Amino acid sequence: MDFVDYYKTLGISKNASTDDIKKAYRKLARKLHPDLNPNDKEAHKKFQQINEANEVLSDPEKRKKYDQYGQDWKHADQFEKAKQQQGRQGFGGGDFGGYTYSSGDDSEFSDFFESLFGGSRTRRSQAKFRGQDYNAELHLSLHDVYKTHKQTLTINGKNVRITIPAGVENGQVIRLKGYGSEGTNGGPTGDLLITFVINNNTPFRRDGNDLYKTEDIDLYNALLGGEKTIDTLGGKIKLKVSPGTQNGTKIRLKGKGFPVYKKEGEFGDLYITWNVKLPTHLTEKQKELFTELSKL
Amino acid sequence: MEQEDLIPVKDFCIHHNIEYSFISSLENSGLISITSVKRSSFIHVDEMHKLEKFVRLHYDLDINLEGIETINYLLERIEEMQREIVNLRNKL
Repeated sequence: MDFVDYYKTLGISKNASTDDIKKAYRKLARKLHPDLNPNDKEAHKKFQQINEANEVLSDPEKRKKYDQYGQDWKHADQFEKAKQQQGRQGFGGGDFGGYTYSSGDDSEFSDFFESLFGGSRTRRSQAKFRGQDYNAELHLSLHDVYKTHKQTLTINGKNVRITIPAGVENGQVIRLKGYGSEGTNGGPTGDLLITFVINNNTPFRRDGNDLYKTEDIDLYNALLGGEKTIDTLGGKIKLKVSPGTQNGTKIRLKGKGFPVYKKEGEFGDLYITWNVKLPTHLTEKQKELFTELSKL
Repeated sequence: MEQEDLIPVKDFCIHHNIEYSFISSLENSGLISITSVKRSSFIHVDEMHKLEKFVRLHYDLDINLEGIETINYLLERIEEMQREIVNLRNKL
């Protein structure tokens, strides 16, 4: 556990006035507040650090204790123990008896703070701050997000059932209000931000709501036309192949693409590129016929 | 719009210990929208996240309305750009 220099954290000198502390804290809070730095873990961490520094330095009692024992916080613990023993023996009182500790959630405070000021802290009468947002990743397959479905997640021991709307994009973030960490000084609880990581193990390429796929057709189908049954994410469909189809021809199947996010019944398009496969091992008869054809 | 999706502005102000005038000025600036039903003002639940953020910016960080407007605009730009980055990464 390292010593935390709260003065350095707030960028002020040791003889800074209460007003200086307040000003320095406000300035940094405006820069690092979680609302102004969405999804920035580093800023959130720094914000907690300046909160902790302000918690100590803006309270004259805590500041006194920190100034006296800060650098040698381990001795402060020993001193506290000695004081408590003296108190039991009838020598009570002392400079450190004024705290009313309550059991709160102190997870946002450093180990240094905990050891110097105990397992809990007095509540500031100052600003309330919203709890930190938690970030999580949810890995899904392209098939999973083709249809709206419900999924149960375990977040901090609590089961949360969420609805994942069809059409969610890879990298898209949804916010679950109130599933983040507890607020400071009675501030509101943070949110849980879930980032969807969509693994595509299908033959389709997705671009927004549109899907792209390459389908093989044989030479005869390409030349003479015919039918080809293809797989889409919504099931099999039969397509007509026009006679004389060139290799690389692209066709658009309207509404056969990916569902549009939060627009029920709306779909993007599916683009099929025909890949004409030429026969590789011709029989003697086929060679003969192709030769005849070439002479026509 | 479902009735249960609406929160009375009065209740919101009491809960957050803020003045009604602050909500009105946010609405006048077009930062939030307020729904009026039978002479009472309501906030839609979808607006809550945004509204609570504005309350924190104003009351915790002493940012005035003009500052909130600017921050809101810039945050929207950041979000837009982040979405664009995600889309571009997906195309790579």
